[in-house]
Amino acid sequence: MSGRSDSAFVLDNVTFAYDRHPAVRHLSGAFARGSLTAIVGPNGSGKTTLVKGMVGLLRPVDGSIQPRGVVRGGIAYLPQNAEIDRRFPISVIQTVLLGHWRRMGWARGATQKLRDGAQQALAAVGLEGFERRPIETLSDGQFQRVLFARLIAQDAELILLDEPLAAVDWRTSEDLLSLIVSWQQEGRTVAAVLHDLDQVRAYFSETLLLARECVAWGPTREVLMPQNLRRARRMSETWSGDRQNDRRPGAGPFRPASRSSLLSINGENNGPSRQAGDGSHPPLS
Amino acid sequence: MTLYDLVLAPFAEFGFMRRALVGCLALALGGGPIGTFLVIRRMSLMGDALSHAVLPGAALGFIFGGLSLPAMSLGGAGAGLMVALLSGLVARLTPLREDASFAAFYLISLALGVLLISIHGSNVDLLHLLFGSILAIDDTALLLIGAVATTSVLSLAAIWRPLVIECFDPGFLRAVDGRGGVVHTVFLVLVVLNLVAGFQALGTLMAVGLMMLPAATARFWVRELSSLCAASSTLALVSGFLGLLLSYHLDLPSGPSIVLVAGVAYLASVLFGPRDSLRTLRLRHRQSAA
Repeated sequence: MSGRSDSAFVLDNVTFAYDRHPAVRHLSGAFARGSLTAIVGPNGSGKTTLVKGMVGLLRPVDGSIQPRGVVRGGIAYLPQNAEIDRRFPISVIQTVLLGHWRRMGWARGATQKLRDGAQQALAAVGLEGFERRPIETLSDGQFQRVLFARLIAQDAELILLDEPLAAVDWRTSEDLLSLIVSWQQEGRTVAAVLHDLDQVRAYFSETLLLARECVAWGPTREVLMPQNLRRARRMSETWSGDRQNDRRPGAGPFRPASRSSLLSINGENNGPSRQAGDGSHPPLS
Repeated sequence: MTLYDLVLAPFAEFGFMRRALVGCLALALGGGPIGTFLVIRRMSLMGDALSHAVLPGAALGFIFGGLSLPAMSLGGAGAGLMVALLSGLVARLTPLREDASFAAFYLISLALGVLLISIHGSNVDLLHLLFGSILAIDDTALLLIGAVATTSVLSLAAIWRPLVIECFDPGFLRAVDGRGGVVHTVFLVLVVLNLVAGFQALGTLMAVGLMMLPAATARFWVRELSSLCAASSTLALVSGFLGLLLSYHLDLPSGPSIVLVAGVAYLASVLFGPRDSLRTLRLRHRQSAA
């Protein structure tokens, strides 16, 4: 974490809560301008909550959360894709053009320049020639590429991704990860919620390990030390028995992936261990 | 009987038929796109609920103003907007989902409406409110329907893009533009206005038919959003035209005739339409089996 003077985003003792149950507690810190940060933690640790708070979709009950010199439209946000209607009658290029919202707004038409931009964004994600395809004909991986093309079109200073690689195949996630890295090289600030710690180690220089409160935040190698991960897991055990938390709005079904990959650091490790564990078991200890 | 007698003579000879046709045209123009958005927003039943919700307001207007269109329309619009507003509030403030709270309020509203009319009027009045009388459309009614159609088309043009994004990816709209709530509200107001415009012609129960059936039918013909809107407007107009002829020649009530024609078009499209109909799905099935 570098000095606050050159921060893109400053969190000051921030707390988020649903129904008075805190989801993120007393989090302080800063995302340095131009940094590439992975946000990791066990299920229910407040990762999505934090990202939503940074986008401005949730208000903190305490503390403050501030983008520094980034206007609201200057944040590009990729939510978990549950909310998108994949059967909606819209073409690939139109979806990418939505990324130009700041320049097109409610009524302005797409100029040739914006169309070219959208076209280039599609080429960058490897979907040249898909312009006129309806999105309902795309595979999960292709659709995620389209959403990445939209992020490119948004041309934002700050990019927040919530589980961008959750439903895609290995090849797609490699491609998308290298795009994420290229965004940092272009000087943007990027933060992504991820589950696969191997990907985090390979591509992300900074990591925030969250378990409702900050367990560690800094260079990835230091954050992902076994003792930190063990501590995060212990903290998650105190709340995983208490299912009340899953009643909060927006809490999805229990996803096994996060816990199993968070556990995988203890030796058996390696590879996308998504199918491991069915999530209903208590964490190994 | 010549083709002229069959198709054109009724409209050439009778002013009430011409007015009815113009009324259908206006309803089709406004209702087509509105119905399309209701279908793709998965709000079809909400349109139905709102159409029932209009009744007590129209009844109140009837009680105080007699069979006067402006009074009943004003009352109907008021009641519809109130139900939309209250349902939205309940959905936002409690865990009850929006469709359930809509159902609750429209049932209350419908019961209240029927009660009001049966206390104050005869059964004939009730039938008129429930099923309308398109053949009795006068100039005032035409002006009202035309005004609503104009308002709908212009407002939709203004909120088109955010409305589309709100249907497709509401999270994205919330992140880039804080005015998603405004768009949703404007849309609900347009739904209520179109239902009120429709109820004089088709009745509170049938008004939603000319809106939803063509929109659901269009889904089996075209894919793209603007084509869907255009197709459902066209289908609504054709249903109106054929329904009026049917009701004229066979001496049937006009509202149900129009909606039934739209219904036949719907059923035929489900079976034989060029896109995603049972026929094409079976063809595809056979191809993949071969």
